[in-house]
Amino acid sequence: MSRSLVPEVPTGTAAPIAHRPTDWTTQASRRRTRRRYAAERRFRLTGLAAVWLSVGFLAFLLVSMMWQGLSGFTETRITLPITLNLDITPERVAGRGGNLALAGAGLEGAVDAAASQAYGAGGADLLSDGAWLRVRDAVKADPDLIHRRFTIDVPAAADIDVAAKGEGTPAAEAQVARLTAAKALSRGINRGFLAQADSTDSTQVGIWGALKGSLLTMAVTLLLAFPIGVFAALYLEEYAPRNRWTDLIEVSINNLAAVPSIIFGLLGLAVFLGTFHMPRSAPIVGGLTLALMTMPVIVIAGRNAIKGVPPSIRDAALAIGASPVQVVFHHVLPLALPGILTGTIIGMARALGETAPLLMIGMRAFIAAPPGGVSDPATVLPVQIFLWSDEVNRGFVEKTSTAIIVLLVFLLAMNGLAIYLRNRFETRW
Amino acid sequence: MTTTSPKITARNVSVYYGDKRAIDDVSIDVTQDEVVAFIGPSGCGKSTFLRTLNRMNDTVASARVEGRIELDGEDIYAPDMDVVQLRARVGMVFQKPNPFPKSIYENVAYGPRIHGLTQSKTELDAIVEGSLRRAGLWDEVKDRLTDSGTALSGGQQQRLCIARAIAVEPEVILMDEPCSALDPIATAKIEELIHELKGRYAIVIVTHNMQQAARVSQRTAFFHLGHLVEFGATSDIFTNPRAERTKDYITGRYG
Repeated sequence: MSRSLVPEVPTGTAAPIAHRPTDWTTQASRRRTRRRYAAERRFRLTGLAAVWLSVGFLAFLLVSMMWQGLSGFTETRITLPITLNLDITPERVAGRGGNLALAGAGLEGAVDAAASQAYGAGGADLLSDGAWLRVRDAVKADPDLIHRRFTIDVPAAADIDVAAKGEGTPAAEAQVARLTAAKALSRGINRGFLAQADSTDSTQVGIWGALKGSLLTMAVTLLLAFPIGVFAALYLEEYAPRNRWTDLIEVSINNLAAVPSIIFGLLGLAVFLGTFHMPRSAPIVGGLTLALMTMPVIVIAGRNAIKGVPPSIRDAALAIGASPVQVVFHHVLPLALPGILTGTIIGMARALGETAPLLMIGMRAFIAAPPGGVSDPATVLPVQIFLWSDEVNRGFVEKTSTAIIVLLVFLLAMNGLAIYLRNRFETRW
Repeated sequence: MTTTSPKITARNVSVYYGDKRAIDDVSIDVTQDEVVAFIGPSGCGKSTFLRTLNRMNDTVASARVEGRIELDGEDIYAPDMDVVQLRARVGMVFQKPNPFPKSIYENVAYGPRIHGLTQSKTELDAIVEGSLRRAGLWDEVKDRLTDSGTALSGGQQQRLCIARAIAVEPEVILMDEPCSALDPIATAKIEELIHELKGRYAIVIVTHNMQQAARVSQRTAFFHLGHLVEFGATSDIFTNPRAERTKDYITGRYG
């Protein structure tokens, strides 16, 4: 077969159009080029400016938080010479019930007396209400101190602490000047801040209660919202028939994701507290409420991620005889997981910062002890920040910023973990 | 080996997508030791028909199949037919190479594993090696079985897909334009492979490339607008077509 079977392509009979090359050197043409370059430059500069502006805002926020809040991790201490002479044996102190015995023996009064003796009348007001607890711990560590004169650094009162950090009232400033002259002031790490819960005295507050509350609430939220969200997304994408009902469900889920969070709080109040009589202020209820709020976000992100898995992979698996469940769990889910995790991060980050719905279910109560479990009364970080920002005492201004730093670090840690997980599961094509 | 009784028998098969009829009353036999090629212009329904043979059309919600298709005399659309088993018996290779984003080994081992065909790792290793050898890929990948299947070249990926299909020892292999995304050298390798696999598996191949149909198949079916226009020995179809439409198509008048 020498001649091709392909017939000749028919061509038109009209005369070809005369070809005149475009003149790119005319004035108008040059102006167009210049304008094009200028538009290009403008666009790039606008984008760059937008990026720098947002970076600037972020930096401003972080720097001002750090500036105001970092000092909250430290406390001002006053050196206190003290002789206890309490009517108690070292054995009682070291034994069981030592705390109670020391309190009963009048330790608090003895500490106040020592302060008055060292710094004149009103010396007790210089000390934090928790100062005697510091003395108690020292005595418990070394019971022989009861009958011996010793010197101990105890936390200063809130107004002294604020003044020493540079923002006090004139009276407090004067006291600080006096104490500084006596070389009685020092700075130290506020260990209690990361170990205690809320208090009425700003020198005794701690963030651990709220942090633990947040951890427990997030754990409940994740345990509920993640599996339910993923399974709902899988069912809707892989199994559900396309009809009016699935359309209705899809619209409902999209609407649910846009519902203001306070509404979820009211729902939680009515359903979990009102109908099921679950404990008030508890992380389990907070977690349930936030799970309701987070689930639609995970469903939407999950469905998009599942849609993004190429159909050819499903075909390949089906064609060698994988059952639908095997296709989903061996192929679709692993490939969609990075996308699902991204959605989960967004949802969880939103839940972590959520305040309004938790106010509705009573997590704004004053809780002075860290929660022991998911059904104990608790508060969470953003609510704690809200509560402290409302306090009159100046000492709380600094603590509010410090709590914000803790919240941001928690958020960063959570996102960091999620990004790490996402990268681990990511499949390179 | 029984060569007389057909492996696949399709009788009066019609396929609908919703109200639209994509395949109209097609009857075809495929015997155990031959390669059958489906040719025809785009949209003529040859791929649709191919996908009814292992019920891949089940995944399309609106698709409906009428008529009777038998594998070894068994109605594959019978209610008690297990689709999973059917697809293990009737393997498929797709137009675009679609290896799993897993290692080369895992790609081939996946089928035997989910069907529980092996008892031990050594057995599985043997199946993987045998399948890759038969697909003509073993020498190229034996030192990098743990590399991702998606890192291979297009032609190698397609041979990996063939290895994956034959790893579960199917009886029939359906190929849906397996070379349309490949360069001529890779295409030649796949065609060579089809020659080698012939006899061991019944092969049905859809192709747009008429030279390819002429080279690899013993019998050819020409589809047009959902109808089976002509079905006969490949040599007859390409040299002495009975129908005018077949002649017009293979001479490039349309398509």
